[in-house]
Amino acid sequence: MDTREATYRGHKTDGAPVRRPMSPHLQAYDMMQMSSATSITHRITGCALAVGTLLLVWWLAAAAAGPDAFATAQSFIGSPVGYLLLFGWTAALFYHFLNGIRHLAWDLGYGFEIPTMYKTGWAVVAGTGVLTLLAWIVGLAVQ
Amino acid sequence: MSGAVKTESVPLRTALGRVRGLGSAKSGVHHWWVQRVTAVALVPLTLWFVCAVIALAGEPLPVVRAWIASPFNAVLLLCLIGATFHHLQLGLQVVIEDYVHSEGARLVSLLVMRAAAVLLGLVAALSVLRIAL
Repeated sequence: MDTREATYRGHKTDGAPVRRPMSPHLQAYDMMQMSSATSITHRITGCALAVGTLLLVWWLAAAAAGPDAFATAQSFIGSPVGYLLLFGWTAALFYHFLNGIRHLAWDLGYGFEIPTMYKTGWAVVAGTGVLTLLAWIVGLAVQ
Repeated sequence: MSGAVKTESVPLRTALGRVRGLGSAKSGVHHWWVQRVTAVALVPLTLWFVCAVIALAGEPLPVVRAWIASPFNAVLLLCLIGATFHHLQLGLQVVIEDYVHSEGARLVSLLVMRAAAVLLGLVAALSVLRIAL
């Protein structure tokens, strides 16, 4: 038996054994609430960004390796699939960046009130859209 | 109300947990704190890097290499790489600990993830140093 499994073992007041629920008690939550939706999106974008660092490592390693490797990397990044990945990476980055700042504010004790939490949640969503579009408009304009 | 309700004192740690010696490793606060420290460091570093990449978009290799080779950029890139891979590794550790329940698979996943983070971080850092030095 796993130690985690052991923590599920409990007793009712009459002594009968009972299996305690798992926390977080996912069945009890509406995952489309601002609190849970922004939270799980933070985790998903974090995982996506971790995979996306492959692109960063490739870009740096190709620049160090020489013209051929760099041309290969650039042609992939400039391809439709590359653009799609880069667009997703940009959006994930700005989301994780903005929502991360929201988390840091919570760590300092600010913004816990429910209406504030909704406002900052929407601000993160809107900010992600604006910054992603802005980055791409400027990026494509300077090319 | 008659009759005593059968109660027993319930220790906060389970018997099995006590036997296996899996208690607090006294490292939870450190993990939490370092994740915040790297997050704060990544706020300016990420903004700087995104702006730089936008400016470098479509530039030929010599321009990109010259940008990386500048001492200011090279140092910030190394900071970005260090903070990114440290932060990433801490975050993925929690994700793995949450979702991989079997002890063996969890240990293997954590080791593979950490090895990948260290290797990728070193490749990135070495690439910067090779261009800059």
